[in-house]
Amino acid sequence: MLNYIWCGMIVISFAAAMFTGKIEALTAGAIEGAASAVETCIGLLGSMCLWTGIAKVAENSGLINVFARLLRPVTKIIFPKLRQDSAAMRAIVMNMVANLLGMGNAATPLGIAAMRELDKENKHRTAASDEMCMFVVINTASIQLIPSTVISLRQMYGSSDPSGIIVPVWVCSICAVVVGVMAAKIFQRRRDL
Amino acid sequence: MRIISLFAVPLMIVGIVAFGMVKRINVYDSFVEGAKTGAENMLQIVAPLVGLMVAISMFRESGALRILGDILKPLTDTLKIPADVLPLALLRPVSGSGSIAIVNDIFKNNGPDSLAGKVASVMMGSTETTFYTVAVYFGAVGIKKIRHTVKSALLADLTGMLMAVMMTYILLA
Repeated sequence: MLNYIWCGMIVISFAAAMFTGKIEALTAGAIEGAASAVETCIGLLGSMCLWTGIAKVAENSGLINVFARLLRPVTKIIFPKLRQDSAAMRAIVMNMVANLLGMGNAATPLGIAAMRELDKENKHRTAASDEMCMFVVINTASIQLIPSTVISLRQMYGSSDPSGIIVPVWVCSICAVVVGVMAAKIFQRRRDL
Repeated sequence: MRIISLFAVPLMIVGIVAFGMVKRINVYDSFVEGAKTGAENMLQIVAPLVGLMVAISMFRESGALRILGDILKPLTDTLKIPADVLPLALLRPVSGSGSIAIVNDIFKNNGPDSLAGKVASVMMGSTETTFYTVAVYFGAVGIKKIRHTVKSALLADLTGMLMAVMMTYILLA
């Protein structure tokens, strides 16, 4: 998909530049874009290390288990058919905590483990179970306590209040997750009828 | 609200470090171990980011972005979305590094504290690369009939994006 978008953008850019007579600007834009990408990576490198480092401390200290206990009431509502002590539920909760703490590296393997467990409970059918759909929907609506990439980008470009976006981000993520969960519940019920 | 935003980062760092001290793990070694993976991740993202930022920069400089903005003006005006943020809303569900590239572009041209910069920040922070996530998780178990997943996930994305515009006007204006 990205393949088509990328090629499309480049071809359209050329066509538009011919149309608007901005061929010189197009050349400059291409070269400047490449340089800017490297600058961004270097600018983000430090804070990326900071957060993956902090996340590792959280992982090694077992903080993840404390958060997992706090999430119990929520997961009970979202996955009513799963047993609380099942392997699938444990992996789901771990994945959610890893996402909350911004541990993307840890979250994906945990999420895949959760999907494998859900697949077992679904008896390896070809169609996804309600729980699988729900779990993936939750993962596509990111809830992150600290949106660290955006904050460091804002800092890089000299924002007067880089972390000022944290509360609005929380509000938006929670609304998005609630809508996603409700939508999944409604769509799954429709099929049950 | 400002106070929560102000204290969130330091409290998170201190809280996690303090918890590690209580649990008597080697906090510093753990940190360095984790920081290494951060550096590796960033190196992996260099090449895709170059590709995407070249395309985005070309798209803007050629005037194509302005033409697209003009076409979609009625839509963005009714929803009060700053025109510069629209490409982010379109690319966000498809590509993570593509979104970083667009946010970067918006910050460079409008500044992170402009209206477009703020909306882009909140939008970027509160949404995910939907299609990538769906592909990875269902791919891992080899399931192709994913039923209502994409519908529900895109509804959640749309909510997050519209809320990002609203929250910027309400909380950050």
